[in-house]
Amino acid sequence: MKYLSEYRDPELVTQYLDEIKKTVTQPWTIMEVCGGQTHSLVKYGILDLLPKEITMVHGPGCPVCVTPLNLIDKAVYLAEEKDVILCSFGDMLRVPGSEKNLLEAKANGADIRILYSPLEAVKIAKENPEREVVFFAVGFETTAPANALSVLHGKRAELTNYSILASHVLVPPAISALMSDPDSVVQGFLAAGHVCTIMGLEEYYPLVEQYNIPIVVTGFEPVDLLQGILMTVKQLEGGIAKLENQYTRMVSEEGNPNAKQAIFEVFDVTNRMWRGMDVIPSSGYQVKKELEQYDANVKFEVSIEEAPEHAECIAGDIMKGLKKPFDCTQFGKKCKPSNPLGAPMVSSEGACAAYYNYSGETELAEA
Amino acid sequence: MCLAIPGKIKTIESQMDGMLRMAKVQFGGITKEASLEMVPQAKEGDYVLVHVGVAISVVNEEEAKKTFEFLKEAGELDELEPASIDQLKDK
Ligand code: SF4
Repeated sequence: MKYLSEYRDPELVTQYLDEIKKTVTQPWTIMEVCGGQTHSLVKYGILDLLPKEITMVHGPGCPVCVTPLNLIDKAVYLAEEKDVILCSFGDMLRVPGSEKNLLEAKANGADIRILYSPLEAVKIAKENPEREVVFFAVGFETTAPANALSVLHGKRAELTNYSILASHVLVPPAISALMSDPDSVVQGFLAAGHVCTIMGLEEYYPLVEQYNIPIVVTGFEPVDLLQGILMTVKQLEGGIAKLENQYTRMVSEEGNPNAKQAIFEVFDVTNRMWRGMDVIPSSGYQVKKELEQYDANVKFEVSIEEAPEHAECIAGDIMKGLKKPFDCTQFGKKCKPSNPLGAPMVSSEGACAAYYNYSGETELAEA
Repeated sequence: MCLAIPGKIKTIESQMDGMLRMAKVQFGGITKEASLEMVPQAKEGDYVLVHVGVAISVVNEEEAKKTFEFLKEAGELDELEPASIDQLKDK
């Protein structure tokens, strides 16, 4: 737990907390969608500072966590059997596949490289014309422009040895899926700031209307989160449901038109399987048919069966806001960041890893 | 991996016969290449929010500095210099 003095702006933190306490009169359950927000809420001890009426549940907004097992298996297969240079963000390497993760494939001799940017993968393809290079393109809308751009660069450079394994997921359809679930307990959402830096606000108005639920686009610093929570609580207490933008310094109404254009040039919307949550309609991007030579799925014709999750992992319920990491019998026991059984224990943006690293109750769970 | 990190554009150059507009962007002590295709209006000296090697918006200097300091203190800048495979193994 952090001391107030360690926050960037302790006075504002206190001010927002006081205001939240003054406003709240009854219990509310609010979900933060983005894993970066989960990470900050736990790391800065905000969950403990909030009045007991407010329950924060942690949404599916960690792309590493929701990438289906099947795609990890595909990536492993491409690296091991097809002899490609498989490039990925570092976070993906320890995500468990059905048999092994990418790190183990690497230890067995596969050529797997950790990159900072998909654009570096295009360079690698250019420098290695005799090899196939595949970028494991995971991410939410924030990352989609970069992955799209890598395809456009590959095309402009007339590369025939570059493709991406697209595993893109989209936030608004996930909100719909969560709200359509009869078990849902969520009464308000903090939407993901950087996702909206790209996409703008347009897609969120219909959600607010359809589900009559407050949505506040929020940043990921402690002060942003507290302000976003306050805005949501004010709406809830006032019986209002509208879209508000807490993160105006980074998010405009229309988002970034150039980034959206790159996305639409390269990707089509498709149904996507979310790890732990099933298939959500129109919730992902796949490479357009016209560009299928850059689609690793098409190029290598990989068909790998969907495999079951680890039996004891309750990641799906956690991402739907129905359970907390502490409710998992394996939390801190068999499942730790050094030996994750499920994806939310891998990425620092995953709810289980955030609780394990920062909640201070780890010893308790381990005892 | 979802973070966007603000940095300052040091130099702009075109690559691949003018097809790509790339910048050297400085993040504290680290300099990285970033594409400026999503922010055609960005100039040298501007601050941009960069996500996995692509600038996604131009931000004002004061805000950029504050956000950068926050990320630094929070220990969130690792992704600028990804761990090597060997470091990951030892984790
Ligand atoms: S603690 Fe591990 S096993 Fe339990 S839900 Fe989280 S990732 Fe799954």
